[in-house]
Amino acid sequence: MSWTRKILRVDLSKGTCTPEPLNMEWANHYLGSRGLAAKYLTEEVDPKCDALGPDNNMIMATGPLTGTMASTSGRYTVSCKGPLTGAIACSNSGGFFGAELKFAGWDMIIFVGKSEKPVYLLIENDKVALRSAEHMWGKTAWETDDILHQTHQDPQMRIACIGRAAENGCLYAGVINDKHRAAGRSGVGTVMASKNLKAVAIRGTQGIGNIEDVGAFVSSTNDGKAVLAENAVTGQGLPAYGTQVLMNVINGVGALPAHNMRDVGFEGAENISAEAMAEPRKSDGKPNLTTNAACFGCTIACGRISTVDPTHFSVKDKPQYQGASGGLEYEAAWSLGADTGVDDLDALTYVNFLCNEDGFDPISYGSTVAAAMELFESGVITTQETGGIDLKFGSAEAFVAVTEQFVAGEGFGKDLGLGSKRLCEKYERPELSMTVKGQEFPAYDPRGIQGIGLNYATSNRGACHLRGYTVASEILGIPVKTEQTDSDGKAELVKAFQDATALVDSAGLCIFTTFAWGMDNIAPQIDAACEGDWSVENCLETGERIWNMERLFNEAAGFTADDDTLPKRLLEEAIKSGPTEGQVSKLGEMLPQYYEARGWTADGKIPDATRQRLSL
Amino acid sequence: MQKSLNIDPGKCTGCLQCEMACSYEHTGTFNPSRSYIKVFNFHHEGRFAPYTCTQCDEAWCMRACPVDAISVDMATGAKVVSDDKCVGCKVCTIACPFGTINYAQVTGKVVKCDLCGGEPQCAAACPTSAITYVDADWTGYDRMLASAAKSLPSAEATA
Repeated sequence: MSWTRKILRVDLSKGTCTPEPLNMEWANHYLGSRGLAAKYLTEEVDPKCDALGPDNNMIMATGPLTGTMASTSGRYTVSCKGPLTGAIACSNSGGFFGAELKFAGWDMIIFVGKSEKPVYLLIENDKVALRSAEHMWGKTAWETDDILHQTHQDPQMRIACIGRAAENGCLYAGVINDKHRAAGRSGVGTVMASKNLKAVAIRGTQGIGNIEDVGAFVSSTNDGKAVLAENAVTGQGLPAYGTQVLMNVINGVGALPAHNMRDVGFEGAENISAEAMAEPRKSDGKPNLTTNAACFGCTIACGRISTVDPTHFSVKDKPQYQGASGGLEYEAAWSLGADTGVDDLDALTYVNFLCNEDGFDPISYGSTVAAAMELFESGVITTQETGGIDLKFGSAEAFVAVTEQFVAGEGFGKDLGLGSKRLCEKYERPELSMTVKGQEFPAYDPRGIQGIGLNYATSNRGACHLRGYTVASEILGIPVKTEQTDSDGKAELVKAFQDATALVDSAGLCIFTTFAWGMDNIAPQIDAACEGDWSVENCLETGERIWNMERLFNEAAGFTADDDTLPKRLLEEAIKSGPTEGQVSKLGEMLPQYYEARGWTADGKIPDATRQRLSL
Repeated sequence: MQKSLNIDPGKCTGCLQCEMACSYEHTGTFNPSRSYIKVFNFHHEGRFAPYTCTQCDEAWCMRACPVDAISVDMATGAKVVSDDKCVGCKVCTIACPFGTINYAQVTGKVVKCDLCGGEPQCAAACPTSAITYVDADWTGYDRMLASAAKSLPSAEATA
């Protein structure tokens, strides 16, 4: 079975921690992690509630494969109603925290209510307690991690916590675990802060010993690892270059947005690419990239561990930032770099450290700064608002200065915490916000890659590449190549990616495996680990059920087909130059086809027949 | 032929597959807290180090044990703890200069690497060959080879 069959309910209003059995009927329908948390959330939370009020729940959930020997088994998710979007939010993180939760004997933790004073949750196997976190409120995620390790004198303890961004009310704050892995998107950390919950510290020594068919599990997970090792992307590209391998590729095919998505193509892309990260620098002869690193159980090891040039202006007199820490991933390098026009690798690495240290989503942050830069350029905001910072596109100095203002929760930094949508609304230029359902775009232009635009528009958590990464097919040819600027067939492609991703997320595996694995590699691992039938067909249907369940939550929260859209800029302003010149998003053609492929009505509603087919 | 674990920390990514394989072999559970091999993460240096017993010939733990609970597996050279004899006194953990024999609360005995009877599962599970099981005479040879390569005049210089 490999579920622990036990969940922990923490009522922060009452200060109680109560174990309860996992609802196995739901587990058999929604598998775990993202899917199962969506079910619990839908059953227990009013979708119309205030995301930052006590009626919202926050769920930390593992999947049945989390903590096992399956490759990439370190994943867990944080789910709630998201404050940035008002939609269902589910952010996925790697590192080591998720597996530790499982080793302590818990499938998930459901946090309800709101604590009167700051607290943290301490878990040592069955022993759980809420403790005062008043001495840690106001501390960064890194400081919090250090304090908890010191307090409990346990180097093996795994910690997830929030930094100052969440406490300051930034609407896209994340939950940071193991110092530099993040459940980053949609403001799940802001919800944690709203509950006065500073951290969750776990030590689990029980392990996982209840695999349904151990022989079949060892053999199917070994087969899976062999497939990952032999695949060019997961066996070579990702370990060597990380996700940053994409910077030059996406720029080359005319799909790298720049300057708040006004342009496509960034002249400084090479300077902030994986190749640049490997280049020894003049000052100390070391490259930006120190090593690659793995999350728990991962045989790919795409993670970047980097240092900033110690002579660079951003860290010069700050020894605490001169050591190695989590380096740039592609999405962060794009949003912090290309979207703001800053091509200073060291400045971006430093800002990325701050994202981890104070717990905020680099995608939303970079995109929000990019919107602010466009507002600044058009004179809507001036140095008067920015506290004297000359917030021009391309200025590394301005970017570093405004980020330091932001993490301290001071001045214009407060505005940046609103996110791009609310910031642009505040300054009466809503059209400059590059968001869907209030959430900022990742690093692929929907005009240059048509399918990903449809995925952004229909993603249940707002603009997101990780809900249906059709870039795999449209650019990399995985599993089959589709033409990036064609809209034909993209509705079915997006649906297939979205459903498969929902399943992978719910299993406790990393979506990066799917560069090499098909469902025929994944289903046997789940089937061997879990009771019940986890055939390829059932896995795909479960993915589709999860997608529709999330959609129902959003429908009840008040979202309609009108929200399945893209900013005007991407629908009407054609790409000005490069290989995709002249393209706009053909969302208008694709969206009705998508609704049809999903078995939804023309206005994007889920009819009874589809609900019955999916047992919803 | 005797074989030894050969560890190359530079290749380690910190994934802990070795810890899972070890704990599964010895306890039937995926449980890093009960692994006899540990991977240490030196975060600020960006380095990982897998570490376990090197099976000393003149083993301090074996000498120190007052009840002769540690013996040599003649097939592999591993120093193996007998659970039947071990009284959990922990004197071996004080004697070992490397700290690679440890007490386990859950059993009340000490635990250490036993080379899995000659098929070390950590080496089998390691995805990057940071842990290999090699002819004992060859331990360290890969580093010697790397140094030797550096001692050659470069192709450019000889051209």
